[in-house]
Amino acid sequence: MTVRTHLPEGHEAIAAKGWARAHKYLLLRRTCQLFFLTLFLLGPWIGIWVVKGTLAGSMTLGVLPLTDPFIFLQSLIAGHWPELTAAVGAAIVLVAYALIGGRVYCSWVCPINPITDAAHWLHRKLGLQKGWQPKRTTRLWLLATVLIVSGITGTIAWELVNPITMLHRGLIFGMGFVWAMVGAVFLFDLLVSRHGWCGHLCPVGAFYGLVGHKSLLGVSAANRNACDDCMDCFAVCPENQVISPALRGTGDSTPLILSPDCTNCGRCIDVCAEDVFKFTHRFDTLPVAPPHPPAAPQARASRPF
Amino acid sequence: MSRVGTPLSPQRRRFLQDSARAAGGCVAVGSLLAWLARDARALPAEALRPPGALPEQDFLSACIRCGLCVRDCPYDTLKLAELGVDAVATGTPYFIARDVPCEMCEDIPCVAACPTGALDPALDNIDDAKMGVAVLVDQENCLNFLGLRCDVCYRVCPVIDQAITLEASHNSRSGHHAIFAPTVHADHCTGCGVCERACVLPEAAIKVLPLRLARGSSADHYRTGWEEDAPVLEGIIDLPDRLPGPGTDNLVTPGGYQPAFNLPEVTQ
Repeated sequence: MTVRTHLPEGHEAIAAKGWARAHKYLLLRRTCQLFFLTLFLLGPWIGIWVVKGTLAGSMTLGVLPLTDPFIFLQSLIAGHWPELTAAVGAAIVLVAYALIGGRVYCSWVCPINPITDAAHWLHRKLGLQKGWQPKRTTRLWLLATVLIVSGITGTIAWELVNPITMLHRGLIFGMGFVWAMVGAVFLFDLLVSRHGWCGHLCPVGAFYGLVGHKSLLGVSAANRNACDDCMDCFAVCPENQVISPALRGTGDSTPLILSPDCTNCGRCIDVCAEDVFKFTHRFDTLPVAPPHPPAAPQARASRPF
Repeated sequence: MSRVGTPLSPQRRRFLQDSARAAGGCVAVGSLLAWLARDARALPAEALRPPGALPEQDFLSACIRCGLCVRDCPYDTLKLAELGVDAVATGTPYFIARDVPCEMCEDIPCVAACPTGALDPALDNIDDAKMGVAVLVDQENCLNFLGLRCDVCYRVCPVIDQAITLEASHNSRSGHHAIFAPTVHADHCTGCGVCERACVLPEAAIKVLPLRLARGSSADHYRTGWEEDAPVLEGIIDLPDRLPGPGTDNLVTPGGYQPAFNLPEVTQ
């Protein structure tokens, strides 16, 4: 490997924008994950019952029911027509994620995300090979399998193994051997397959990806003409196949990241020293016009090649 | 069929291979998952579901394992099964009667909390709950069966004198005492487990068992004639029973007559 590939991603952004701005969305995201977890933990830990339940189903302040729509769907297929409360809860969650991007759940709420992020961080530190990389569509196959098994066995099949709800429930109600489950996901991502769990296998993520197919909120490479090809965004993106169509598009092709795989984590915005990316809405499809004449990319002192 | 000379598209070949591989993987993962699902249905006998829980098979299609019933249980009776610790489908609510029995709240908060109907909201009277049925499993150690007046299970029963009664019988061991046998009547027993919790023995002699273990069932065709007035089958005339009375040879009834034959008295 060259020296260049060993440069930590985002170090130009840190130099250009300062550490805080170069980690803005990462910090926001961790705060958000912690916030949601704390909401659930306030009750059992110090007796302030804002939210009861788990991510599978919860009741906020006694009035707002929320239900995981993927679990709801499996229950339907398993042959149970849930009560109105669960249906309303699932509808609210569905609409919310359909608007802000289905996989926002993955990067802003899911408790497994910090685990797999940590695995990825260590993976890069150790300079490991990316390992087994099944197709990105594998999770859709798995999603279909889960639904079929739910129908055949008459159970909510994925809840038998779902590390997300298991970890969440474990933190709130008692861990049991969930640590082993979480450890398995961590080791899988670290040693077997880079971005393996969230990026290739998890059917929950696949489901939320489908939900957010036409989401309003998204990341746009609006300022893509300023891109200096440092590749940092590709290095940090957990679903980096989504970047190219937006970033490498030319002319008037949309700079929006349209792939439902994008988790709206905003890490690409953080690590870009040139501020190519920004959060925007679906109808903001105009790239920033290139300066005339387009400036040639300049060699950078920190990248002496 | 000869394919000689037909150019086979590498894309087609690749597509077929990938599809076959994906389908194969799905069948493998699906089978594993189905096996787990089958395993999850085996609810241990000592684990009781909350009041109003659907039959186990339906329950597993309905319970999303959110824990709201656990949160709203005022007596901390219910708990969620932990992965690898409890032999109950992970994350589903249950209770062990010997640890903390169900106190049978009038307003049934656990059922009210359930968002999916896995705990059936049609249960509006806790006395109609069927979490299981108490069974006096060990008559040899039950103090009442030994002739003592322990009576604890009977006294603590929330449906006393209906779900558990004391049936007196002769104590043939002492010859001049009574045995007051605690007797469970399944129609009234809710399976709350208060009796099992209260049993004074180190290991309870009365235990709440799931219905599938606690009850037998009588065959469909079997009729208890002394209980049922309705005709056995539609359209079959139920003739009046021949009762002793006038016109019969029952001498003790007014109007009875002597039989036509008179046997000679036996002389000794």
